Amino acid sequence: MNIIDRRLNPQGKSLANRQRFLRRAKEQVVKAVRDASGKRGIQDIENGEKVTISTGGVREPSFHRSGSGGVRDYVVPGNKEYVEGDTISRPEEQGGGRGSEGSPDGEGDDDFRFVLSREEFLDIFLEDLELPDLVKQKVKQSESHSLTRAGYSVTGSPANLNLVRTMRNSLSRRIALKRPKPAEVAELEDLLREAEDRGEDPEVLRDMRSQLERHYLRAKRIPFIDPIDVRYNRFETVPKPIAQAVMFCLMDVSGSMTEHMKDLAKRFFMLLYLFLKRRYRSVDIVFIRHTHEAKEVDEDTFFYSTETGGTVVSTALEEMQRIVKERYPENEWNIYAAQASDGDNMSSDNARSAGLLKDAILPLCQYFAYIEVAAEHNMGLSALGRETELWRTYKMVQGPDLPLAMRRVRSRREIFPVFRDLFAREKAGA
Amino acid sequence: MAAVITKPEGLLYDGADWDYDKIKRVYDAIEHVALDEMGLNVYPNQIEVITAEQMLDAYSSIGMPLMYKHWSFGKHFARDEMLYRKGYRGLAYEIVINSSPCISYIMEENTMTMQTLVIAHAAFGHNHFFKNNQLFQQWTDAEGILDYLEFAKAYITQCEERYGHHAVERVLDAAHALMNQGVHKYPKKRSLDLRLEQKRERERQEYQEQTFNDLWRTVPKPMAGGARPSKTVSERKKLLGLPEENLLYFLEKKAPRLEHWQREILRIVRHIAQYFYPQKQTKLMNEGCATYTHYTIMNTLHDKGSISEGAMLEFLHSHTSVVFQPEFDDQRFSGINPYALGFAMMQDIQRIAENPTDEDRYWFPDLAGRGDGMGALRDAWANFRDESFVLQYLSPHLIRKFKMFSVRDDAEDPYLLVENIHNERGYRQIRKMLARQYDLAFLEPDIQIVDVDLAGDRKLILHHRVTNGVLLDESDAKAVLRHIANLWGYEVQLIEVSAVSEAILKEHAVTAPSGVGA
Repeated sequence: MNIIDRRLNPQGKSLANRQRFLRRAKEQVVKAVRDASGKRGIQDIENGEKVTISTGGVREPSFHRSGSGGVRDYVVPGNKEYVEGDTISRPEEQGGGRGSEGSPDGEGDDDFRFVLSREEFLDIFLEDLELPDLVKQKVKQSESHSLTRAGYSVTGSPANLNLVRTMRNSLSRRIALKRPKPAEVAELEDLLREAEDRGEDPEVLRDMRSQLERHYLRAKRIPFIDPIDVRYNRFETVPKPIAQAVMFCLMDVSGSMTEHMKDLAKRFFMLLYLFLKRRYRSVDIVFIRHTHEAKEVDEDTFFYSTETGGTVVSTALEEMQRIVKERYPENEWNIYAAQASDGDNMSSDNARSAGLLKDAILPLCQYFAYIEVAAEHNMGLSALGRETELWRTYKMVQGPDLPLAMRRVRSRREIFPVFRDLFAREKAGA
Repeated sequence: MAAVITKPEGLLYDGADWDYDKIKRVYDAIEHVALDEMGLNVYPNQIEVITAEQMLDAYSSIGMPLMYKHWSFGKHFARDEMLYRKGYRGLAYEIVINSSPCISYIMEENTMTMQTLVIAHAAFGHNHFFKNNQLFQQWTDAEGILDYLEFAKAYITQCEERYGHHAVERVLDAAHALMNQGVHKYPKKRSLDLRLEQKRERERQEYQEQTFNDLWRTVPKPMAGGARPSKTVSERKKLLGLPEENLLYFLEKKAPRLEHWQREILRIVRHIAQYFYPQKQTKLMNEGCATYTHYTIMNTLHDKGSISEGAMLEFLHSHTSVVFQPEFDDQRFSGINPYALGFAMMQDIQRIAENPTDEDRYWFPDLAGRGDGMGALRDAWANFRDESFVLQYLSPHLIRKFKMFSVRDDAEDPYLLVENIHNERGYRQIRKMLARQYDLAFLEPDIQIVDVDLAGDRKLILHHRVTNGVLLDESDAKAVLRHIANLWGYEVQLIEVSAVSEAILKEHAVTAPSGVGA
């Protein structure tokens, strides 16, 4: 008998099958995921998702008898009171006493439920979202370089000397050219000395001396280490894509922003964070809140403490500019910014904000998203097309080549579509 | 209190934890009981320890250690995994594979007592049945199956690389839909040798590659509808070997538009279906045999003082829940539990052989009082399948014990009719009807290819011989026909014919798949 421990075998043997299954059910899974993400809180999106799809595309049909009609006989256990000829009223639901009938694998359900892992869910969730110009930006920004080992070279600085390689070459050269080994030389010297002591025949002594002489000469001519033996480690510089991103969250926290608006903003920020998280190895978040003055704060303060004061947007932009200069050099970080506001701004600040955005912020950013949150019941006004101060200001800045996007959001339901809209692939050129 | 800590004399193990030494000791003890005292005859054993996740893996690939890749396995895995994680369903304690060496999977979570039980159940009970039952001997090749699956997996992977996932998936989907109609029900002259299968396929491929000549492509094709002599229907049927109930076989050999690799995939699926065919026919006996074996072995070990009282109680707890048979009006009822009936019948056979009553002498003149109960069981295990086994051995005693009764459900009547109960008048009827419930030939619809007009429009015609007026499930039948049409390449028609009156009850038809066609 053999006992084999298979527990350490590679896990996830069924992964390939699962991928095939998901591919097969793609359309339905994508739909299920969209429905689910519409209904759920954003925080849950990080978790796996139980999705239900109809069995349509993943049905495995087979020839089998239908569950109704015809004449059937069953033998069942547990008779208590029946005698031959008794009649039993037909049970409403099928399947009770029908062990061998009905659907063969007990899969009568129209729906098929299973759990998507977090990764799978997010993959599908973010599937066709892609930041505009991402590729271009990557190429443009992959200016940082790192050194990578790339074999050996015959030149180099002493610090890069590869001792093992060098000695190996030296040894093979010495063997090939038959350089006498120190031990051989010493042995010959000993022999000669002994012979001299014994007073050996001068003829023999001369031979030995000349042989020793030849050895000395040869050892001298063939150096222990020759310049041609020497090898250096070679390094190549390879461009390193920037794998880190920083995300600036800018929000107006003046009195006019209600809890509802902040909630909308928060959800938007979270989505953006999720999205960046999937593309970059590390994502930093900087929270900047502003009233008539801007401050960098932690997340809790950002979302939950209120301030009073006017609204001067340019302060936040200035703060962001300062932080970028201080901590996030443009060539090392991918910079994203998302601004949420109810659209209020001091009229006198508009020109300044527009200027800052256009000349300082946008050139730094991979992407700048502005969402304007509005009260849920405030439909009438925006439907009439009354644009807010800030909206008008930014609209002036907006141009075809600038990574600026702006949208309006009124209810929780709209967040996800807006997000898709902002980052949809087609919009890249628009 | 040293006595509490040290292992009492004679026990094979103590406590719940298992390790390899204990398993080895227990295995040797079980082997002694099974081979020397019960006279079992088994394939060499291989016991593999796996985790719960690997058990789920094995579930989804129909219990085989290796399998080609297909989305349906992923689907089953997804469902089983969810049911398991939510606690709706436990996992089997073991899976055993009919191969030589016989592979038994045991789970790491099991206690030592469970491992003992599992080894007795799977590595000896099932193993003996696989090796000795005539159906398995006749239909399966235990030595070759693992190698063949290896080949199948590699072949299908290679096909996916060459022809694309989608094309392969299409063939596999169709083949899976026809799996139940893909077995030979009568033995061939030559028994199956799966090793030869691989060799055959490899050689054929090599030959084709060697003799490839592009010139053949340029030879002009004969004009359609050429002057070919039309044969009579009976000649044509004879030529095609019709009627044919093995649909996969027919399509593999005769479908006009399939590529060679598509035929080979059909062949692979057909072989796998054939491999499982005996298991479907012997569920009751197989489980009965294994349950009886583990029950006897555990009791023998206990009698010898090799396992403790505590372990015995744990075993009995698990054993009784396995052989529990809910009654028909119980919520838990889902048909007759093969473990329960199988185990009860095995015990009953032993009882009849060793302590018969007068009734037994009347019903089983050859068996009653023959003495050697174990020998009688070994005979039964070797020579029967579920249907014939029930027909032969179900005793009035058991019918009374299970209080079996038969019900007739005629869709035209407003009520169900109790036809027979456990009394003198009913025994034979109940036995006959129960045997039919285990008869695959009766359970599965009888579908045959009856005609195809090769010279004409090449329409494939199938018949379903309807018994008792139960028609096919329509939507599924339609979907399967679509799959057949994909393989056949032309129109397919299925006619449901009454087996009694030959009247046509219903027709389904599927047109030729688009994209092909002349």
